[in-house]
Amino acid sequence: MYGDTSIQKPIKIAEPTSAEQARLEEIFQQKIDDDIKIEPQEWMPAAYRKTLVRQMSQHAHSEVIGMQPEGNWLTRAPSLRRKVILLAKIQDEGGHGLYIYSAAETLGTSRAEMIEQLQSGKAKYSSIFNYPALTWADMGTIGWLVDGAAITNQVALSRGSYGPYSRAMIRICKEESFHQRQGYELLLTLSKGTKEQKEMLQESVNRFWWPSLMMFGPNDANSPHSAQSMKWKIKKKSNDQLRQEFIDATVPQAEFLGITLPDPALKWNEERGHYDYGAIDWEEFGNVINGNGPCNKQRIANHIKAHEDGAWVREAAAAYAEKQQKKQVA
Amino acid sequence: MTKQTTEKEWPLWEVFIRSKAGLDHKHCGSVHASDAEIALESARDVYTRRSEGISIWVVPSNAITASKPEDKESLFEPADDKIYRHPTFYDIPKGAGKM
Repeated sequence: MYGDTSIQKPIKIAEPTSAEQARLEEIFQQKIDDDIKIEPQEWMPAAYRKTLVRQMSQHAHSEVIGMQPEGNWLTRAPSLRRKVILLAKIQDEGGHGLYIYSAAETLGTSRAEMIEQLQSGKAKYSSIFNYPALTWADMGTIGWLVDGAAITNQVALSRGSYGPYSRAMIRICKEESFHQRQGYELLLTLSKGTKEQKEMLQESVNRFWWPSLMMFGPNDANSPHSAQSMKWKIKKKSNDQLRQEFIDATVPQAEFLGITLPDPALKWNEERGHYDYGAIDWEEFGNVINGNGPCNKQRIANHIKAHEDGAWVREAAAAYAEKQQKKQVA
Repeated sequence: MTKQTTEKEWPLWEVFIRSKAGLDHKHCGSVHASDAEIALESARDVYTRRSEGISIWVVPSNAITASKPEDKESLFEPADDKIYRHPTFYDIPKGAGKM
């Protein structure tokens, strides 16, 4: 799963304050241009570090918050097979969060700091997870569309310039493929089911289609600071490019499922070699990102509760470690 | 919020995994854990969900001393002009057989 940050205020790029700094910046940019990965201890511009910390922490938050809509259906999975699959997928999302948190920490931020920013609302996470999972079909749609959109993004991110982030992305992409395929298979099963099951499938896709497209962030024209991220290869492809890739790959899959996508403007454009699609409701996107989506409050409240409920475990483990250490010294 | 910020963060451990018997352990990420045993358990949960390994090492992150990027040249460049350390430097006539 994935969290885009291009809707937020751009991070200020400071002019080099000395000849020495200008020289370092030049060397840094040369490395990026030569596709040499940047590693934790190397010199990097402050804004590069800051941009990455923001993007990576929000990406990690998205993975972790993304466990909630699916967790909602665990106890209601229709078979043991579906239940173990869903459980494994949710566990993966938690794992993905941890890979990215640990990669973000190499930039000098702490886990506690990141968690606090999530819980206080200072850090965002992908808007998609503020929509509820209302039906069992949503478990399939989330895998197919939401993880599908995430894969499109993450494949591009795995070629990014920061070593630890890129390596975490490679690991994640390998695992995401299972997420998308289990979702599509679930939907295929519904598509061969009863009339009610087919309706449930269509209704679910109707709800998730547009929010999935929003996952790629604003149109390029409204994403002015992504140029810097592209120059630094934090971003490898533009929002609209990635969105188009996703749509082109997804429409034939929808046809195969025998469903429609809720966009009357969706049409193959022979000349462009791509699908044309309708205008996205950016007002809705802004609303959901800024806290007014259907589930924002619940998602954060759950996170805080889980964190607080686990406090005694952390305290006990710390006390135990301290005791063992004292024993060793004695 | 104050509770979290004052709470002492668990130490960081670097995780190394051996994927198959005979191969070396390879760094794959890190975990926070209160002690070595829990670090092993967490590393197992986080990094080996799909049989990625048969052995795990966890090392306190602060126990690792790393070379500095700026020392790259003085450390590694001297090897660049010692091409005679590579077998391909030497011409062996075909007649001498495989060597």
